[in-house]
Amino acid sequence: MTYKREGRKNDEPRKIIAKAGVIPRADGSGYFKIGNTEAYAAVYGPRNLFPKFKQDPKKGILRCNYNMMPFSGMGNRVRPGANRRSKEISMVTEKALAPVLDLGDYPNSVVDVFIELPQTDAGSRCAGICAASIALADAGLTMKDLVCSIAIGSINDTLLVDLDYDEEAYEGSVADIPLAVIPRTGELTLLQMDGVVDKDNLFKAFELGKKAIKIIYEVQKNALKDKYKQEASIKTGKAEDKSSAVKKEESDESKTASKEGQK
Amino acid sequence: MNKDLRLNLIKAFEKGLRYDGRKLDQFREISVETGVIKTAEGSARVKIGETEVIVGIKTEVSKPYPDAPDKGTIMVGAELYPLSSPDFDPGPPSIESIELARVIDRGIRESHALDFKKLCIEKGEQSWIICIDICPINNNGNLFDAASLGAIAALKNARFPEFDGTNIDYKKLTDVPFPLSREPIEVTVLKIGKFLIVDPLPEEEASADARLTVATTEDGKLCAMQKGGDSPLAVEDIKTMVELAMDKTKELRSFLGGN
Repeated sequence: MTYKREGRKNDEPRKIIAKAGVIPRADGSGYFKIGNTEAYAAVYGPRNLFPKFKQDPKKGILRCNYNMMPFSGMGNRVRPGANRRSKEISMVTEKALAPVLDLGDYPNSVVDVFIELPQTDAGSRCAGICAASIALADAGLTMKDLVCSIAIGSINDTLLVDLDYDEEAYEGSVADIPLAVIPRTGELTLLQMDGVVDKDNLFKAFELGKKAIKIIYEVQKNALKDKYKQEASIKTGKAEDKSSAVKKEESDESKTASKEGQK
Repeated sequence: MNKDLRLNLIKAFEKGLRYDGRKLDQFREISVETGVIKTAEGSARVKIGETEVIVGIKTEVSKPYPDAPDKGTIMVGAELYPLSSPDFDPGPPSIESIELARVIDRGIRESHALDFKKLCIEKGEQSWIICIDICPINNNGNLFDAASLGAIAALKNARFPEFDGTNIDYKKLTDVPFPLSREPIEVTVLKIGKFLIVDPLPEEEASADARLTVATTEDGKLCAMQKGGDSPLAVEDIKTMVELAMDKTKELRSFLGGN
């Protein structure tokens, strides 16, 4: 029996909202909401790293921490503090983000990324990575690209982008494949899978994710631009002139982006 | 502590001014938004200036305590997330977070704002536990007042989930609100030098000599207090601080509204 998705297309992610600079006390911050899954990320650093034996004299290190707020789960209250799941997700998040970062200028220091989830409806590690990527860029760190992340699911051999909790809990054969991609090169920095999928479907899943990755990439870039648009209008006082100039620039860029897409 | 910062703050206080241009007894802009978390039974997002706190409520059913077989209870948790401030470190709960949770807990518990007897489902067998969790997103000072306002707003917003005697269906909320009869609100007053201020910034918190948090119900009764800081307080000071706090509570209460 094939699964029929209600309300959105198979290759369509849920509604996405992204913001940059949402946590003023952090050096950089990002917010990413996809459907009812919501993630905040804050970047602190580069700053001194203690204990000292963890320091790397050649480059700075990236340290990620993923945490679900106590009321963010679909069922019972989530007990505060780290558990095996959150530690693993923190680790894979670190590995997903590190390849785009260049911390060569910051020996012996650490860049801390804290990810907090106020509410979740599946796909929380992907939302966390997307938020963290915005936060790192907002912190002004040297990066070769953003990182975009989305989960591809398979229900009874039908491939679907961005499963929600009800779809994940569907009684049948369900698989879930979270991915993180460097959009510029198409390389994967996060790949996990649980469930049963045949080889062809797995390869198709990579293709299916491309459209969603593109949407996420645009939303992330716009979030970062919006922040500086706001800052520019506050600083100059000529709010209208400035923002319209930025808008023009942006529309030019989006034109080129769509042209590239057509190619 | 930075001594120059403290001296400069006091110098400005003498002219009746704050670090950010406010008067000594003036709050920053406040906003309260409820029902912001779909996975929680009740929730609120409180912003006081740049300070932002999310308070969420989850419920559980368990056996009542043996010394109160006909009562349910509340559990207040606070975690000072390192996400919200460069001064907070990862790791087990710090003493600051425990103090915050316990002060909020006392305000609600001791004012009998929630009727614990109504939280009992079956005497000696089953009762509701209401878990109130305080999660700061950005700490730009005055977490106490933001958390207290958020806790009451979230409690007002909350609805019991469906319970069939053995399992809770968190996906289906009933339209039964919590048995909330009072709304205790806390206001914290800081003493720096001889000056008293409300709604402190982190710089002011770091320079403070003493702190007094006062919880007041809408009928003007005090229901919990906590003195903090290293310096002692004179009785005269305490009197003025309590009066200032009670006065400001009325202002905060206006942001709660119906629901």
